Amino acid sequence: MSKFVVMVLLAGVFGLSACGDKDGVVVYKQGSYSGKTDGKPWENAAFAGDKAKWENSIRVRGQAQNESKRVGD
Amino acid sequence: MARMKFLCDSERCIECNGCVTACKNENEVPWGVNRRRVVTLGDGLPGEKSVSVACMHCSDAPCMAVCPVDCFYHTDQGVVLHDKDMCIGCGYCFYACPFGAPQYPQSGSFGQRGKMDKCTFCAGGPETDHSEEEFKKYGRNRLAEGKLPLCAEMCSTKALLGGDGDVVADIFRDRALKRGKGGEMWGWGSAYGKPEQKPDAKKPEVKS
Repeated sequence: MSKFVVMVLLAGVFGLSACGDKDGVVVYKQGSYSGKTDGKPWENAAFAGDKAKWENSIRVRGQAQNESKRVGD
Repeated sequence: MARMKFLCDSERCIECNGCVTACKNENEVPWGVNRRRVVTLGDGLPGEKSVSVACMHCSDAPCMAVCPVDCFYHTDQGVVLHDKDMCIGCGYCFYACPFGAPQYPQSGSFGQRGKMDKCTFCAGGPETDHSEEEFKKYGRNRLAEGKLPLCAEMCSTKALLGGDGDVVADIFRDRALKRGKGGEMWGWGSAYGKPEQKPDAKKPEVKS
């Protein structure tokens, strides 16, 4: 009988251990960001890691905001 | 390396709210959350000025300093982003931000606050680029497409400039010099600090 009770208790403890809340973050480190890492904007299919190509695209887009350059003075 | 910044030319902003609409649509921002808004000073009076306001992605961001769970980070491009999985929705960043950028969606009854949401400079967040999860949590990642934030790119009067700080500052300087007025760069001092003052060279001694 006692063996049965122990088994039930052990099963209960083991079963409840699966009910824990899943951690949102790996570890909280005081004073520094410890969340998920973010990739570089050029590390994707569009730029295939070509940083220069990405920077050029941003430069062109940036200058497109300058209407003096687009339509002349 | 580009340092991304926003600059709003209050001489040009016509309060059309196109930037607000573009942001809402591009990032599918829910009701009650305004990542960008247009503030008008002296509304209806002669000489009224409008400024488009959102997260300025400060160099020394106060939101980062006060966050109790350190969920903010600076990207290499100077964009201030945060991990929504870490955010506890405490609201400290809202009180710290000089621009009122952090927004909180109502996530339940009794005004329960959800995780903070703010402008991402259209740079997504800490999820795989262009993934469904990234879009759902942070909105579109235009920067990873080699594009600038839509609010700035579609601004009809080109009042709102976004992109590399040096580039937008040059564009604005040319304008201000040509028109001879309206050289105020609203919010730049608060967001990016004042120009560094180099210590004076050894001053010549004054003989009495």
